[in-house]
Amino acid sequence: MTNPTQEWPLFEIFIRGQHGLSHRHVGSLHAPDAEMAIKNARDVYTRRNEGVSIWVVQASDIAASSPEEKGSLYEPANDKVYRHPTFFDIPEEVGAM
Amino acid sequence: MYAQMIKSTGEGVKSLDEMEPQERAFQERINAGGKIEPKDWMPDGYRKNLIRQIGQHAHSEIVGQLPEGNWITRAPTLERKAILLAKVQDEAGHGLYLYCAAETLGVTRDQLTRDLLSGKMKYSSIFNYPTLTWADMGAVGWLVDGAAIMNQVPLQRTSYGPYARAMVRICKEESFHQRQGYDIMMKMAKGTKAQKKMAQDALNRFWGPALMMFGPSDENSVHSAQSMAWKIKMNSNDELRQKFVDECVPQAEYLGLTVPDPDLKWNEERGHYDFTQPDWDEFFDVLRGNGPCNKERLAARNKAWDDGAWVRDGLMAHAAKKRAAKLAAE
Amino acid sequence: MSDNLFEFLCRMGDNTLVLGHRVSEWCGHAPVLEEDIALANTALDLIGQTTLWLDLAGEVEGAGRDADKLAFHRDVWGFRNLLLVEQPNGDFGQTMMRQFLFDAWHLSQLNALMDSSNTQIAAIAEKSAKEVTYHLERATETVIGLGDGTEESHNRMQAALDKLWPYVGEMFTLDDVDAAMVDAGIAPDPASLRPAYDALLDDVFAAATLTKPQDDFGHQGGKSGKRHSEHLGHMLAQMQWLQRAYPDATW
Repeated sequence: MTNPTQEWPLFEIFIRGQHGLSHRHVGSLHAPDAEMAIKNARDVYTRRNEGVSIWVVQASDIAASSPEEKGSLYEPANDKVYRHPTFFDIPEEVGAM
Repeated sequence: MYAQMIKSTGEGVKSLDEMEPQERAFQERINAGGKIEPKDWMPDGYRKNLIRQIGQHAHSEIVGQLPEGNWITRAPTLERKAILLAKVQDEAGHGLYLYCAAETLGVTRDQLTRDLLSGKMKYSSIFNYPTLTWADMGAVGWLVDGAAIMNQVPLQRTSYGPYARAMVRICKEESFHQRQGYDIMMKMAKGTKAQKKMAQDALNRFWGPALMMFGPSDENSVHSAQSMAWKIKMNSNDELRQKFVDECVPQAEYLGLTVPDPDLKWNEERGHYDFTQPDWDEFFDVLRGNGPCNKERLAARNKAWDDGAWVRDGLMAHAAKKRAAKLAAE
Repeated sequence: MSDNLFEFLCRMGDNTLVLGHRVSEWCGHAPVLEEDIALANTALDLIGQTTLWLDLAGEVEGAGRDADKLAFHRDVWGFRNLLLVEQPNGDFGQTMMRQFLFDAWHLSQLNALMDSSNTQIAAIAEKSAKEVTYHLERATETVIGLGDGTEESHNRMQAALDKLWPYVGEMFTLDDVDAAMVDAGIAPDPASLRPAYDALLDDVFAAATLTKPQDDFGHQGGKSGKRHSEHLGHMLAQMQWLQRAYPDATW
């Protein structure tokens, strides 16, 4: 097994279909950059339907509201949607984490 | 199913009264049919358990590409080739959706991949069986996808939001998989003598392994009880296996094929078929790595990953250069 | 005339058949899931195009053969695909370089065929061109990315280009079949597509930091069927095996 280098970042994919009113979140995928993310989204999430509009956003760039709060039972929310560990840059010499 | 023998905390299910307020609120939300989302508080066990289950499910999709991929280049007509390729491609897509769902729990896809490649994480036992004839494409679609669907349809209601949403998408796309398998079986079973023989042979070889997909009886399993309380497992293994047998027997009869179980018979009183349990010793052997194809499957995944390293790195390096050039131009 | 037209349609259909088959060999083995899915889409497009071209070829021939009959029951000498597309996949870089070199020709060929005097050909070309536009876009971006990427990816892409370059020339040679197509207004003169092809390659290779080989030698024998490479026979042995082993069966 090859030693891992840097994983392709995660992108969130939003698509407006032919008759769709607004872009809708359809899922995520990995890509080296936004341009390739759009191409990958076309292959993964539209299977090439034409006439759709695709938005991609790197997952780490999304800010989100806190989850629904019921009393004080929930911990104060952090400001990222997902708890992806890729948000943290771990030096290579530290090893897998 | 695609996730077999998932261990949970092993501590038995706590009653609401035994829980701290935070956990109690969490459990009550699940009991009321609410969804847990990535940023919500969740017990550590729930998170770990889900990572194992979704990860194993994703791995099964990816490794599951191999036995069917084995026949893409030998499919007998252009149409069959296109259908099979589209189906195996769907499996790659389903693996991708599931990895993304697991990633919301704080694990990376690369990490999960490494755990698959090192043998630390498992995938469904079924994909360690070889596909030997074209009829196996029929049997796999009909039986293996049939068994998978039985598990996946209820998982659309699972408590973890991203997992449930992935399952909705998967179930929608997968509706044609079992049908294409059965369609191949129909063609074979009503074809030449050799084709019919191939079809029966495929059923003989895949019947037992398909029953094993549901995992051993878990009526007394504390792991399953916890998973069911958390609604990340919706039915018991025996319940799904029985449902599967009840559905398959008439389908086999329609094909004019014989289910390889001499003791199979309708039980009027129970309203179900009585059937023989599969060979559980064989199941545990396969789980330990001694199935007919374990080594080939892992070797194929390792090769794809290793051979692809320079591609992943190359495209990443190019993206970084492009970013740097853009910054320099600004 | 109909012999020549049949030949020409087999050339179009055999290219997509053989390349589609090659690309489908990647399914389950690609460097990353997103590429696995994208490659399968390309293969699926090509298989679909094959059915259109070869069904039409069978119709023109009038001997009762359809696309499946043509795909699964001809031997090596009956195939009319370019030598380029039957070359083995090699590493991912070689596969994408082959795809790029083919797509760049394929798209301009299809664009020209949209003006064909034969309306059936024009219709197939129009449908295919939409798909191939995307193939070319994706292959271009990948060739640039890998050519420019790391030292290793660069070296691999240059090696792929050097290896495949001798199979480029065949796309632009004119023979009797092509001449008959030109006369009937069915297809363009292959040589007429070369300047735009070269211009595109120059742009892409510049961005990819790759060097186009100087030697313009080109192997011949694929589209005429006179001398295929040894690779094609092995591919057919696998692809056609079931049909050949059980000739009386339907699938």
